[in-house]
Amino acid sequence: MKKKIITTISMFCLTLTSCFSFTACGNDAASSDTLVVLNYGKYIEADVLKRFQEETGITVKYEEYESVEDMYAKYKAGSINYDVICTSDYMIETLRQEGELIPIDYNSLEYYKNIDPAIIEASESFDPSHKYTVPYFYGTVGILYNTKMVDEETVSSWESLWDPAYKNQIVMINSQRDAFMVPLKMLGYDINTTKKAELDEAFDMLCDEKQYVYAYLMDETYECMVSEDAAMAVCYSGEAAMGMEYNDNLAYTVPKEGGNLWIDSWFVPRTCKHYDAAMKWIDFMCEEEAATANFEYVWYATPNLTVADNEDEETLADETVFPTKETLARCDIYKAYDNETLDYTTTLWKKLKAY
Amino acid sequence: MFNRLRTSFLAMPYAIWILICTILPLFYILGYAITNGNGSLTISNLTAIVDPVHLKSLGLSIQIALITTIICFILAYPVALILHNLKISNKGFIVFLFILPMWMNFMLRILAWQNILSNNGILNSILSAIGLPTIHILYTKFAVILGMVYDFLPYMILPIYNSLSKINDDVIEAAADLGSNWINTFIKITLPLSKDGIISGVIMVFVPALSSFVVSNLLGGGKVLLIGNVIEQEFTLARNWNLGSGLSIILMLFVLASMGIMNKLDDSENGGMLL
Amino acid sequence: MKKVKKGASAAYLALIFLFLYAPILVLIVLSFNNSMSRTVWGGFTLNWYHNLPSNDTIMDALWTTLRITLSSSIFATILGTTAAIGINRMKKHHAAIMLGATNIPLLNADIVTGISLMLLFTRFTSLGEFSVVLAHIAFSVPYVIFNVLPRLQSMSDACIEAAMDLGATPIYTFYKIVLPEIFPGVLSGFLMAFTMSLDDFTITYFTKGAGVNTLSTMLYTELRKGIQPELYALSTLLFLLAFLMLIATNFKGLNKKEAQRV
Repeated sequence: MKKKIITTISMFCLTLTSCFSFTACGNDAASSDTLVVLNYGKYIEADVLKRFQEETGITVKYEEYESVEDMYAKYKAGSINYDVICTSDYMIETLRQEGELIPIDYNSLEYYKNIDPAIIEASESFDPSHKYTVPYFYGTVGILYNTKMVDEETVSSWESLWDPAYKNQIVMINSQRDAFMVPLKMLGYDINTTKKAELDEAFDMLCDEKQYVYAYLMDETYECMVSEDAAMAVCYSGEAAMGMEYNDNLAYTVPKEGGNLWIDSWFVPRTCKHYDAAMKWIDFMCEEEAATANFEYVWYATPNLTVADNEDEETLADETVFPTKETLARCDIYKAYDNETLDYTTTLWKKLKAY
Repeated sequence: MFNRLRTSFLAMPYAIWILICTILPLFYILGYAITNGNGSLTISNLTAIVDPVHLKSLGLSIQIALITTIICFILAYPVALILHNLKISNKGFIVFLFILPMWMNFMLRILAWQNILSNNGILNSILSAIGLPTIHILYTKFAVILGMVYDFLPYMILPIYNSLSKINDDVIEAAADLGSNWINTFIKITLPLSKDGIISGVIMVFVPALSSFVVSNLLGGGKVLLIGNVIEQEFTLARNWNLGSGLSIILMLFVLASMGIMNKLDDSENGGMLL
Repeated sequence: MKKVKKGASAAYLALIFLFLYAPILVLIVLSFNNSMSRTVWGGFTLNWYHNLPSNDTIMDALWTTLRITLSSSIFATILGTTAAIGINRMKKHHAAIMLGATNIPLLNADIVTGISLMLLFTRFTSLGEFSVVLAHIAFSVPYVIFNVLPRLQSMSDACIEAAMDLGATPIYTFYKIVLPEIFPGVLSGFLMAFTMSLDDFTITYFTKGAGVNTLSTMLYTELRKGIQPELYALSTLLFLLAFLMLIATNFKGLNKKEAQRV
């Protein structure tokens, strides 16, 4: 008897929840003037977001993530139907290969002409016929160092990160792809290599480096450098620019062996329910005023050519923010790994952390 | 008897709740754990624990959780005793002072520890100001232990304090009257009578310490890989939910085993309760 | 000798409190720091307190947090208290099964709870603010049960039976006899549920829908570019509020006791 009651009640509850799910989904689909945006944390000026909603009448549900991998996990979980997403090159390539992208209707973008053709060309490495993406920001990976503790000569090579003199003064980047890029460049290999022998060699070097590393950091890198807890750090150019704002002793360089050029772009995923609104959003991001506001907030290099008109000489000449042609020439863009290489490097990375 | 049955039906909504929100999700995890990416059955996600990297991080987790628990116990017991012996009317106030820090966001508090412990941090500034050598502690195993002790100490203090307050003071007075000195009284009477509290405290510290990953992320500087970190990374970084689920099932078994051992020691009626 | 012992005890307590409150002091100091960086002292300022009310993202996150925390802890308290009363009256092995299941959310790593709930919610409903509330109830009910149950167990059945014999309805008996007796447990269970919900990050992160942000999840994305100092100001205010409430209830309690003595 008791058992029967339990099953009846639980059946009832299940029906109840499924009813609820119907109404919830129904509501979501019905409202056409909303837009679900997924972007890196703190990657937009708050007023730009506000202005977009006021000018277009579209309500934006704005979601942030911390790392590319977080984004992939959130997207793949399929729990939220995102309309437009901004993320980095090799992840876009992965998603493209998985058939998750919808082509962008470039003709509907009024301000797409503002985007630097050179960056559009560069992004063809992950979006070959350029059908799916609109560049948002770009930058490099290099060394942020404290000029009081390290001289420029030393950091002109990645080898400085293996210098015993800086034991416990080195901050290594806490991201699998970027960390492996450093020894691969030093060894003169392709940063997108899938050869296990080459990856093993890079792995051995990283293990050797671990004894000198103060910490593997991503987000706290610049705080760590600003407080002069460490002498040098491998980090993104934007983080470096931010750190240099607070501490005049800091400087940034991309070592002579070369580094990584990354491009973050907007794309429309298969889950998109509001395509027109997504186009409006991407177009709005390319508009001069919005792009300038975003640039002054985010402080990464912008592919938007109109921004230059609003900035002074000093900013435009800042090589940390805008990498020079020579720097870009020795930087490569990441390609997506195939599943086997991805598994292999993930295992190596885990081994390094446990080493 | 009828009355008893009717009252026990008050637990029905909760029983349904448990089925839907606790047991059902667990089956999802189990489902992932015993399949691979293609959906075919496998036990490789469970046996993956013997991989040297996983074993090492599990070992490190157990080691750190044990040290944390021991330090918490050593720090907490005197606190509970002192609180118990305080001659003020309103001890609840003092007890709440231990819970109050949790009203400041956990992640902010751990970040504040970075400020305190870093190479040029507050602690080292104080040390060098009074002429002592500075120490390198942030982003080491010790910082992780410190962070965990900090985080879990209240969970050790409160149950011990509760069990002490249940002890009848007459027993202790009687012992003293009969000529027992305070050390003897403590070992023979106070300690055994507070066993319940100690066991609850040990479980409440050991279990979360074993599966924690945020503290080691923020204070370990990516150099301390605990089993919690491995699981987290399988779910996020490595995108291998099957392996992550498998390892969490193993971790759960470890937790259950350690609880079983603790409960064996606890012969009282309330076996299996945490608070 | 006694004086020495007393002094040592006080000193020890003070040290422990210093340990527990040191990071809070740091955060309070940071809320007056005139710099966007966590590690540079840029002089004293009240700007962050002044800017706080006009910072929409933070205020939104605050209201969301309060809504989620309050609704989940109130519901968890009701569910947990009724469950505890039921479990207390159950046959022993039934009760053991229920308590075993109750322990599960406490034993599981947060990330596992979070992801498993996410899988459940995406299957049966959609993610939003409501799903976070459900998830928070799920992990905070056990705290309520384990706070209320010991109170019930130490209560004698005689009182209840007497009341019922004298013709009191079950509901009346509950309000007049049972509730006053277990109230401290209910209250501390509620407070623990509230605190846990307020402090949670991992489970919220996985079960929240698009655009829903609590203070914890907002903070997580803030880490990337440095934390808005207004957050330190807000945390300081929240902390002080809790502290003042604690003192207020404490004094009220004192007055009552004094009154009773007279």
